[in-house]
Amino acid sequence: MSAATAPVAATAPVSDAPISLRAHLRHTGALVRRNLLWIRQDPESMFDALLMPVVFTLLFVYVFGGSIGQALGGGQDGYVQYVIPGMIAMMSMTLSQGVGTGFSQDFNSGVMDRFRSLPIGRGSVLFAKISVELVRMLFATAVLMIVAVLVGFHINHWGGLFAAVGLSAVFASSIMWVFLTLGVVLKNAQSVQAMGFLVLFPLQFGSSIFAPTNSMPGWLQSFTDYNPLSTLADAARGLMVGGPVAHDLWVTLAWSVAITAVAAPYAIHKFRTKS
Amino acid sequence: MTRIDNNAVSVRGLVKHYGDTKALDGVDLDVREGTVMGVLGPNGAGKTTLVRILSTLLKPDAGEATVAGYDVLRQPRQLRRVIGLTGQYASVDEKLPGWENLYMIGRLLDLPRKDARARADELLERFSLTEAAKRPASTYSGGMRRRLDLAASMIGHPQVLYLDEPTTGLDPRTRNEVWAEVKAMVGDGVTVLLTTQYMEEAEQLASELTVVDRGKVIANGRVEELKAKVGGRTLRVRPVDPLQVRPLAEMIDELGITGLASTTVDAESGTLLVPILSDEQLTAVVGAVTARGITISSITTELPSLDEVFLSLTGHRASAPQDATPADDRQEVAV
Repeated sequence: MSAATAPVAATAPVSDAPISLRAHLRHTGALVRRNLLWIRQDPESMFDALLMPVVFTLLFVYVFGGSIGQALGGGQDGYVQYVIPGMIAMMSMTLSQGVGTGFSQDFNSGVMDRFRSLPIGRGSVLFAKISVELVRMLFATAVLMIVAVLVGFHINHWGGLFAAVGLSAVFASSIMWVFLTLGVVLKNAQSVQAMGFLVLFPLQFGSSIFAPTNSMPGWLQSFTDYNPLSTLADAARGLMVGGPVAHDLWVTLAWSVAITAVAAPYAIHKFRTKS
Repeated sequence: MTRIDNNAVSVRGLVKHYGDTKALDGVDLDVREGTVMGVLGPNGAGKTTLVRILSTLLKPDAGEATVAGYDVLRQPRQLRRVIGLTGQYASVDEKLPGWENLYMIGRLLDLPRKDARARADELLERFSLTEAAKRPASTYSGGMRRRLDLAASMIGHPQVLYLDEPTTGLDPRTRNEVWAEVKAMVGDGVTVLLTTQYMEEAEQLASELTVVDRGKVIANGRVEELKAKVGGRTLRVRPVDPLQVRPLAEMIDELGITGLASTTVDAESGTLLVPILSDEQLTAVVGAVTARGITISSITTELPSLDEVFLSLTGHRASAPQDATPADDRQEVAV
């Protein structure tokens, strides 16, 4: 090959203008398409979103439904009305975890280095991951509602159902920033999953999702009352079935904002500086 | 930014530590526009660290580096727009089809949809991947993967292309294919920074060479100059009876008719590699084979091994263990 100087220097200088909002959206869109194509290539990756609502609903309604329902004073049917809104909250949390494990796999595959060597905003990669996970969550929620109606759930307020799903999505997207951070910081997908389980398990069961908290010991109640999953479940319950909503709604939204405000910048920072 | 020279890549005193390990320990490097610079060194010499810093994936601890006039620390976004990266680390998305990979990168580089589609088609055609366009990259062969990597790094018409060990792990035929593609890209005027463990690859592709070891530059210059400086060749001898390889090696080592390094046995191909410095040594080896009464089926001369290069330039062997030897029968240029 010749060592002669080629006329590359003639190329116009690259603009140093910041990335525009439109460009951010374009980049996020391209990455969302990538993550959606994954699902098309590998439909099995949707199994969890398909099966979890079915298995958990049947499990809770038929295993615990009778006895908890009796305590609630409405039998199994009463429990269905109690637990289904809670399941929406639970489902959104469990699926949120996937965002962290998927991210960790990306890092170990080397495709992340390609993304990080491209002139795109660092947030795009993270926003795209969250968007696709929200799509999976909506799919799981739709499955859940079908199973719910089959086991006898009455949707008293359709508007309330959509509001409850929206609220879950808002809270889940804030939690996803936490899982994204784990995905960047921890070495592999297994650690992310194990860590996610450790965080989620106490939050899910130490809450009003599956059973009312008033029979729990006082120290546990003081935890469950501040647990955002309790307020999310209670808000969903109020919205879908009826009852007071305002307090739980605001507390859940406040948690979402607070978690996002701390975790999102931290996740983006960690993503940017990971070597 | 005004360019004070015509260097596409300019590196001064680059330092990067990982704990106590000095991955880069004061590296200087200049790559002139439109040329191919080979960075030759064993595993752990700091080659990949250098490429990662020049791609803004890693921040140096000290020193300066500019690419196409853009500073790696102060102008990372502009810099990313003028580079292409292909290597062990930056890869394509295995789950996506080839076409989708290229289209996605086109969109991430702000090409309008139509242009991104056209560019994906064009590059698949150019790298002979049109047939496999719709298949997930995970089903590609090693050579197809590398070609897709190359195509991906060419989408934005980069001014400077980094090829980080582009043929490590490829069989000889596929390696030649990748070399041909790289040569064609160089023909288009792109500046290339190539890292490699193979003298042969450096000779094939690069016009200038920087030899690195333990984070330091130990030699640089035009490939011919360095070859002349090293002076050696490798003699590959294949006895008809493979059992004769080891006794032959011992005898040649005892007679001391090798160059700086000693003989190596390539058990897989049943050949013996003898580093030699002169025609006299070549003749002496042939004489020894004859004296011993060994029948040989072939004897060829090849380029010096990395070890031989290191011994002649530094007086010691390539420092890091060669744990990533290629899965092929041409290890003479690797170890």
